[in-house]
Amino acid sequence: MVTILEGAIKLPIVKADLNLCQGYANCVMEAPEFFDIDDEGLVVILQEKFDEDKRAHVESAARSCPVSALRVEDE
Amino acid sequence: MSSDVVIVGASVGGVRAAQSLRADGFTGSIKVIDAEDHMPYDKPPLSKGFLSGSQGVDRISLISEKAIAEANIEFLLGTAATKLDVAESRIVLGDKGTLHFDQLVIATGVRARPSPWEATDGVHLLRSLDDALSLRADFESANSVVIVGAGFIGAEVAATARHFGLTTSLVDPLPIPMARVMGDEVGIRFIELHHRNQVQTYFGMGVESITGSKGNLKVELSDGTLLSSDVVVVGIGAVPNDAWLDSSGLLIDNGVVCDEYCRVVGHSNIYAIGDVARWHHPRHGKLVRVEHWTNAVEQAACVSHNITNPDELHQYAPVEYVWSDQYDWKIQLAGITAEADGQVILEDPNNPNRFAAIYNDSAGKYCGVVTVNWPRALIECRKLLSGDYEISVPVQRVEALLAASPSR
Ligand SMILES: Cc1cc2nc3c(=O)[nH]c(=O)nc-3n(C[C@H](O)[C@H](O)[C@H](O)COP(=O)(O)OP(=O)(O)OC[C@H]3O[C@@H](n4cnc5c(N)ncnc54)[C@H](O)[C@@H]3O)c2cc1C
Ligand code: SF4
Repeated sequence: MVTILEGAIKLPIVKADLNLCQGYANCVMEAPEFFDIDDEGLVVILQEKFDEDKRAHVESAARSCPVSALRVEDE
Repeated sequence: MSSDVVIVGASVGGVRAAQSLRADGFTGSIKVIDAEDHMPYDKPPLSKGFLSGSQGVDRISLISEKAIAEANIEFLLGTAATKLDVAESRIVLGDKGTLHFDQLVIATGVRARPSPWEATDGVHLLRSLDDALSLRADFESANSVVIVGAGFIGAEVAATARHFGLTTSLVDPLPIPMARVMGDEVGIRFIELHHRNQVQTYFGMGVESITGSKGNLKVELSDGTLLSSDVVVVGIGAVPNDAWLDSSGLLIDNGVVCDEYCRVVGHSNIYAIGDVARWHHPRHGKLVRVEHWTNAVEQAACVSHNITNPDELHQYAPVEYVWSDQYDWKIQLAGITAEADGQVILEDPNNPNRFAAIYNDSAGKYCGVVTVNWPRALIECRKLLSGDYEISVPVQRVEALLAASPSR
């Protein structure tokens, strides 16, 4: 049951390219509930899948990344 | 909401404004015009990875073709705005006609202050993609460079010149150039950084003249020292691109003067953002103009909100943030450190290349932070800057990070 439901609802997801991330942390300032950074200064995604109504918020955080390391995709 | 938005300037401010408008649900037309021909590109790499050649043009793109199509943004490149006609709500595009707007966003940025000295051949400014390409070409064949101006851009160019193996000299009229931003104690560490990387510094000295031509340039300093080099880079600040507004009647004074909502003073449908905007900062209670990347992005988002929510305007009161990469130092600065009263410096005993300087104002309140190779400390301190804290609060946070980090 559960698996069918998960397959049916497509949630947007956010991905980070850790080769690009420079630890500028603009994303953390924009959306602390989605992003943090670790001791090495690399982004940590706290919540990969999210509801459609959060899309504008997460995309805004992605646009604030100086090296375009964050991408919002539809799964 | 449907109307015509015209954005002048297709750099980070203009492009992010266009994207934010769509994200905020704006359904009218969006036209972005720029005097330059290149697809929108980002400037910070121009003194760093793009100048060294490690990053290609594809890595400095600000927006993909796909994103442009999806957001239905129209770009008019190679098209300069030459005049603003407020009464007719239109801008003049030289001999390419005019463009009507309902809402106008001015994002024309700044240009490098021109070299006041005689020589031109082999003497570079650095602001645009073309500037960076021509400087890189000269760096590839030169043996030596003199850089005039040791601000962020001059220091980054020095680091990149060392990457090319050039004999590098850095000149600045201030004895401790970074002191104007970070105070003496931290400023001295930046001088030591240049010295560790074999850069000759001539600080506390002005430039009397620059003569000669590429391959044989002479830079004469105020104490009589004569430096010879193949190329010269002049990085002595920037001036706002506001001359095209001279006849518009808009208030121009070291940038386009705006209220706390980023609306040009006296106009409800004209906004300015990014390096060209001088707005009333509500928390600081004065007009400020900021030449930092993150400011352009945040101001673009604020203006987009204000265009799409005219009944619920947001004031623009950002916390300053800028980064710089020099040699093996990743430098991050948040808040106000320039007019601080003092600072506490915390070092990581396990990493000699890492420190945090936490600044306080004359009342002892925490007001700003500089970190080197320490993003974790920066984010802890940056989050606290929107509140009102004694300096001990961020200091304790960073000490806690140190206590938690395993000793190597
Ligand atoms: C070499 C370099 C390194 C930098 N490094 C950093 C860094 O490490 N960290 C940081 O925070 N910031 C850095 N910055 C600053 C940052 O890039 C700027 O703050 C940012 O580019 C400002 O964006 P903007 O959109 O306001 O203006 P700009 O980027 O200046 O763009 C303005 C645009 O307007 C166009 N334009 C001007 N006049 C007209 C006209 N009349 N008609 C049509 N178009 C016009 C120009 O062609 C240009 O494309 C750096 C800047 C440079 C040059
Ligand atoms: S803003 Fe970009 S570079 Fe900075 S931490 Fe987030 S993903 Fe990394």
